[in-house]
Amino acid sequence: MSDQQQPSTDDTDTVSTGRLTLTWALVVVPLAYGVFATLRGTVSLFTG
Amino acid sequence: MLMRVTDSTDAAATKTPSFLARERTIAGPGFNRWLIPPAALAVHLCIGQAYATSVYKTDLVEHFDSSLTAVGIIFSIAIVMLGLSAAIAGKWVDHGGPRQAMFAAACCWSTGFMVGALGIATEQLWLVYLGYGFIGGIGLGIGYISPVSTLIKWFPDRPGLATGMAIMGFGGGALIASPVSSNLLEFYSSRFEGGNAVAALFVTLGAIYLAFMMFGAFTIKVPADDWKPQGYDPSTTKARSMVTTANVSADTAIRTPQFWLLWTVLFCNVTAGIGILEQAEPMIGDFFPDNSTAVAGAAGFVGLLSIFNMAGRFGWSSTSDVIGRKPIYMIYLGVGMILYLGLALIGSSSLVLFVAFAAIIISFYGGGFATVPAYLKDLFGTFEVGAIHGRLLTAWSAAGIAGPLIVNGFLDFSGGEPGELTSSAYQPALFTMVGVLGVGFVANLLIRPVHDRFHETTPESDKAAVQ
Repeated sequence: MSDQQQPSTDDTDTVSTGRLTLTWALVVVPLAYGVFATLRGTVSLFTG
Repeated sequence: MLMRVTDSTDAAATKTPSFLARERTIAGPGFNRWLIPPAALAVHLCIGQAYATSVYKTDLVEHFDSSLTAVGIIFSIAIVMLGLSAAIAGKWVDHGGPRQAMFAAACCWSTGFMVGALGIATEQLWLVYLGYGFIGGIGLGIGYISPVSTLIKWFPDRPGLATGMAIMGFGGGALIASPVSSNLLEFYSSRFEGGNAVAALFVTLGAIYLAFMMFGAFTIKVPADDWKPQGYDPSTTKARSMVTTANVSADTAIRTPQFWLLWTVLFCNVTAGIGILEQAEPMIGDFFPDNSTAVAGAAGFVGLLSIFNMAGRFGWSSTSDVIGRKPIYMIYLGVGMILYLGLALIGSSSLVLFVAFAAIIISFYGGGFATVPAYLKDLFGTFEVGAIHGRLLTAWSAAGIAGPLIVNGFLDFSGGEPGELTSSAYQPALFTMVGVLGVGFVANLLIRPVHDRFHETTPESDKAAVQ
């Protein structure tokens, strides 16, 4: 929130935080799934 | 110059539907700039699917009763179109704004899948070339550059971190698409015969990517002309000799030695990285034929490299904000030379050493992609950085041809097939890559700030780009 151009109201902050979380979740969740699935595949490299 | 840009922008604005127009995307007071990286990631995660085509390649070969080469052309066309469309549409992307560019990219990328699906269902390979290759490739190019200049304007204090986050998505997109495509293909294979399962997969991916990229397009915003991050003092950038506060247009930039030196740097870094990526799976088996762990874990090795490719994009690009763009490329290229030498001379002595060397090399490969927009911003300013980036990406297309040619050429000369060779068969190709990286290292050393005569004459040129 420190990167905002102007201090915003509490309402705006609440909305922004919720939207920010949801927006990041939409990209981070699939990415985390992809990394997890790939890491699972690399186990054989270390265990044979 | 200012008049010409403003005129063309006005002309573009009259043709663009209002909901996509740049003026509709200017952020109001209180907008949180941390909404921009996920918007950019949404696009890059989708177009990163281009590196996950191996999942259905064999099915397409059987379906079309064709060869791996003929099917591989689909991907080649897409990469060539990526370079061409990024170079040609760069100025349109910069002046028209990121929303219309992302919208166009989403339409092209999704349409590419749909036309490709039609080609598979009707057994017309040329339709897949046209769809996924040509139309989808245009979506790749426009989508790749669409968020770059916007991110740099939102994060003038940390451009490497911002572009690193977005371009990391291109590496991450393949990590998502691979398991998702495998699972979907398994699901459709029990319901459709032959290659029609791939057609169904294409329709599904096209629909998902359209929705996801539209989410990015309608989330992205550009900063107001007078916006700057809290606590950011633009005058501090003047203190760094390699960072300019002036602006150079895209047409002028390609007449500067700096552009072509950086083109050479990117070309060399990508050529060397592709050399490893191209042969990663058979290479580990050839280096350690008697090591069951290496043979069994070859696919896992490729996955590990993909993770380092993605992580390098974010990690190294962010680091460049601290140590500078020129020093970080000296690391990519200089340390890369040492690591390639290590692979050639002692790589076969230890599996751990081999994996570590290759993983770091690939992280440099990814880092090189992600750091280049910030390097361009340092040298040429923000005015048409997206368009300049688009033109620089032709180095990627060229490296995509040169890298595999070098490696395959040497391996062919050795007389065997990858997977049946020894580590010594790879040495000539690896030593050549050391030389390629050396050329890039020298090119990077020669980069100096752009001469004043190339700068835009009006100090308002930066504003023109966002009008």
